[in-house]
Amino acid sequence: MTNAIEVENLKKSFPQFQLKDVSFQLPAGTIMGFVGENGAGKTTTIKCLLNLLKKERGEIKIFGLDHTKHETSIKQNIGVVFDDLYIPDTLHATHINNILEKIYDRWDESYYVELLKRFKIPFKKPIKQLSRGMKMKLSIAMALSHHPKLLILDEPTSGLDPIVRDEILDLFMEFMQNEENSILFSTHITSDLEKIADYITFIHDGEIVFSKNKDELLYDYGIWKGTMEQSMELPEHAKVRMRKNAFGVEVLVNRKEVNSAFSIDKPSIEEIMLFFVKGVRP
Amino acid sequence: MEIKLSNASDKPIYEQITEQMKQAILTGKLKPGDPLPSIRNLAKELKISVMTTKRAYADLERDGFIVTFAGKGSFVAERNQEFLREELLRQVEEHLTKAVQTAKLAGIEGKELIDILSMLVEEELE
Repeated sequence: MTNAIEVENLKKSFPQFQLKDVSFQLPAGTIMGFVGENGAGKTTTIKCLLNLLKKERGEIKIFGLDHTKHETSIKQNIGVVFDDLYIPDTLHATHINNILEKIYDRWDESYYVELLKRFKIPFKKPIKQLSRGMKMKLSIAMALSHHPKLLILDEPTSGLDPIVRDEILDLFMEFMQNEENSILFSTHITSDLEKIADYITFIHDGEIVFSKNKDELLYDYGIWKGTMEQSMELPEHAKVRMRKNAFGVEVLVNRKEVNSAFSIDKPSIEEIMLFFVKGVRP
Repeated sequence: MEIKLSNASDKPIYEQITEQMKQAILTGKLKPGDPLPSIRNLAKELKISVMTTKRAYADLERDGFIVTFAGKGSFVAERNQEFLREELLRQVEEHLTKAVQTAKLAGIEGKELIDILSMLVEEELE
């Protein structure tokens, strides 16, 4: 399998924050959820990928090509969605069509119109009059209408109601019907991710904590709850992280290492994240 | 064919898919030669990851329930009685393994466990 995105030891420093040797791969044909708390480095990483921020060190390849040397041709094949539109808010959806058809070689006007109709986005209304959900859907229509092979989305579903989120997830799954297409999306709404993502990459304080197949993550880990004393019965090598509270202890365990007679809960991605950030090593 | 996925279930999503498909095949709801939805289409409809459906299909193929032809898709495999028996036997072993593990934890010895099993078998036969 080839990779849509390859990041090797990416480094970028700011006075208050730095990305430290960020590495991960997104295999072509798959969806990766990029998660982490606010300020963990998700947007910085995405901006480095798109060369909107100059990286200091490291290697970034998109479709196997260096992201700065082949920037123009790569960008013809990427659709990007940020948390806001960042275009003059007096423009209409039709204006946007006229602009983007000059930028993208493969701009597909009829598909753009189809998406606008489907999302019920008015053609001749200034952007500033659109709701947040509308703006987001417009942004996604813009990102999809040149038939990219890779979608990069920064917090596409944050601040949206569940119905709009569901429509957007639908659209993503439609996009994924083409086996070559891939999606990288950052989010802190992990329930969306738990549905459709193939891989989860978790960034914390500028460092990648893990980048893993989602099924492995959800089913290889489990949560055991009990008292400190009872926790001694768990095999030592099965314990990954522990969190104590006033009434007992919660342990993130490797399911395979634990006898099935122990009662183990299925973790959510959110819980796993919390264990890695707040928990202690046993 | 219907597939119901539960997030509350302790079973992985791919296992829920394989189990329900196996059940549909074993009960004849799906017949040998019947086409199955494509991996990507199934993922889209159920709104789950493609890797999850891929894994479910790979497991079904490994266990001999379906066959996949490149470019054509996946179909329910031809099967025989012996195969069906094998599968059910496998399920029995799985359940018994769990019973043995639980017994061990409670300190129940092998003989006592066998007694329990004999009793259960007798009750069932009566």
